[in-house]
Amino acid sequence: MDGHSKYTPKSGFARWLERRLPLISFMYDSFVAYPTPKNLNYMWTFGAILSFMLVAQIVTGVVLAMHYTPETTLAFDSVEKIMRDVNWGWALRYAHANGASMFFLAVYLHIFRGMYYGSYKEPREVLWILGVVIFMVMMATGFLGYVLPWGQMSFWAATVITNLFSAIPIVGTSITTWLLGGYSVDNPTLNRFFALHYLLPFIIVAIVALHVWALHVTGQNNPTGVEVKDVKKDTVPFTPYATLKDGFAIGAFLVLYAWMTFFVPNYLGHPDNYIEANPLVTPPHIVPEWYFLPFYAILRAIPNKLLGVIALFLSILIAAALPWLDKSPIKSGSYRPLFRRFYWVFVAVCIGLGYLGAQPAEGVYLWLARLFSFYYFLHYVIILPFLAKYEKPEPLPESIDSAVAAKEVSHA
Amino acid sequence: MNTRNVTEHAPTEASRRDILYIATGAAATVAAGGMVWPLISQMNPDASTLALASTEVDLSTIPLGQIVTVKWRGKPVFVRHRTPQEIKAAEDAPLAELPDPEPDSKRVQKPEWLVIIGVCTHLGCIPTGKSGEYDGWFCPCHGSTYDVSGRIRSGPAPSNLEVPKYAFVSDTKIKIG
Repeated sequence: MDGHSKYTPKSGFARWLERRLPLISFMYDSFVAYPTPKNLNYMWTFGAILSFMLVAQIVTGVVLAMHYTPETTLAFDSVEKIMRDVNWGWALRYAHANGASMFFLAVYLHIFRGMYYGSYKEPREVLWILGVVIFMVMMATGFLGYVLPWGQMSFWAATVITNLFSAIPIVGTSITTWLLGGYSVDNPTLNRFFALHYLLPFIIVAIVALHVWALHVTGQNNPTGVEVKDVKKDTVPFTPYATLKDGFAIGAFLVLYAWMTFFVPNYLGHPDNYIEANPLVTPPHIVPEWYFLPFYAILRAIPNKLLGVIALFLSILIAAALPWLDKSPIKSGSYRPLFRRFYWVFVAVCIGLGYLGAQPAEGVYLWLARLFSFYYFLHYVIILPFLAKYEKPEPLPESIDSAVAAKEVSHA
Repeated sequence: MNTRNVTEHAPTEASRRDILYIATGAAATVAAGGMVWPLISQMNPDASTLALASTEVDLSTIPLGQIVTVKWRGKPVFVRHRTPQEIKAAEDAPLAELPDPEPDSKRVQKPEWLVIIGVCTHLGCIPTGKSGEYDGWFCPCHGSTYDVSGRIRSGPAPSNLEVPKYAFVSDTKIKIG
């Protein structure tokens, strides 16, 4: 997308560098002059919040790794040492652990924003798919990191998740043994989980770079879902407008993050993870972290091991097909009266699945989980493709500029 | 400069150069496979893990009706000294009702000693003994119940608790693995 201005190097050094590596002009065009639709609401600020959280997790993670020992007899104690002996260790560990929760909170809001405003639609399909890939790598990273403190929940999370692979016919058990490096979760497992937990965030950085690249090629979507027609009228430069707006939002987000870290650091954790891992006793009620609960509910809803595992993976992968499942030519949910209702039902079903994932898999909970899981897939494969046929969309604004002008008139 | 003669040859005819290309490609593929294999294989159980593959259990210390848990390959093995009533219940279970039908006689070497791997066949949790509807085992994670022969009766687990390879070394001693 053509920017507001073209960068011209002013200093002698900048001119020298520009001819050899046009880094400053690239940064300038991407983060200063980059045209931003002028009607973006605060749901559009989670991209910046996520970038911030990714850096925060890498920084706190790297320093925690300097004090942590990935060895089964020492791991649990090394975490306790971080909490008690290492200078500020408690703050860094709580910031990292709660940072994961905040990261997932932000990513879910970011995803649901995209779903409401049709950010996955042409020409942003690749951008969307890269987002789904990032989400999956994030899930893997979160899971691997959860295992490291070597508490009871950590150990059994590792056991249950790696056993998902044993559902694969014929080679399942061999694959599980290969993943674990033994016949059960043990020292080789902990070692490799640590190595991978350290590696994957950098893979995420790389995919995020592609995600941002794809975003800068297509330009940002916006609440009207109408593409930018006149860069001068419809957009504002990224700096100072988006920079300051994102800065304020990050500040507000940090208030919540700091409150969690300093006042209720264990609220989202589980007391069983303060018991050292014991391979001979399973805790009576094992639950994953909150951000995995909806998928866990889908896994348990299906009374067949292999099909349950397939449904679990499919429930995430299906999001990548969204650009082709939603056939409506209208991007934004704001102009789609029927879609809007089904969208909020879908959000409610996802939250409902999250609640059910935390309940024991029995009685009425199990039946509700089955119903909700069924609806989850129904939304993707039946409701979305057929909505476009029966829905009469509301009239779209002429342009982003006219939508903003209309709003100003109605407020005056 | 006349370089055309050097690069031009009939495209349909296999030349000596084509054979060299194919041979190089094939060698590169084999070499790449050979280099990748150690990277994959290093993740399998190492020699020290394989070395701890067998365990001996003294049965004389296990009273009638008790279950003892032994660690084998990092997993619990349940050794259950079954009472005559339990043996009868296990043998009388109608096979047609079982999700994974297997007669009790196939799962034990001596009816009073049941030896099974204590890992739920669903997702690997450890079931608790003498609980659940059939007084066998109950898995707290996802609610699978097993009978006194360790056979799956209800819940998401697809198959019976596994019987490890074991042998009676003497009347009161077994060797697992």
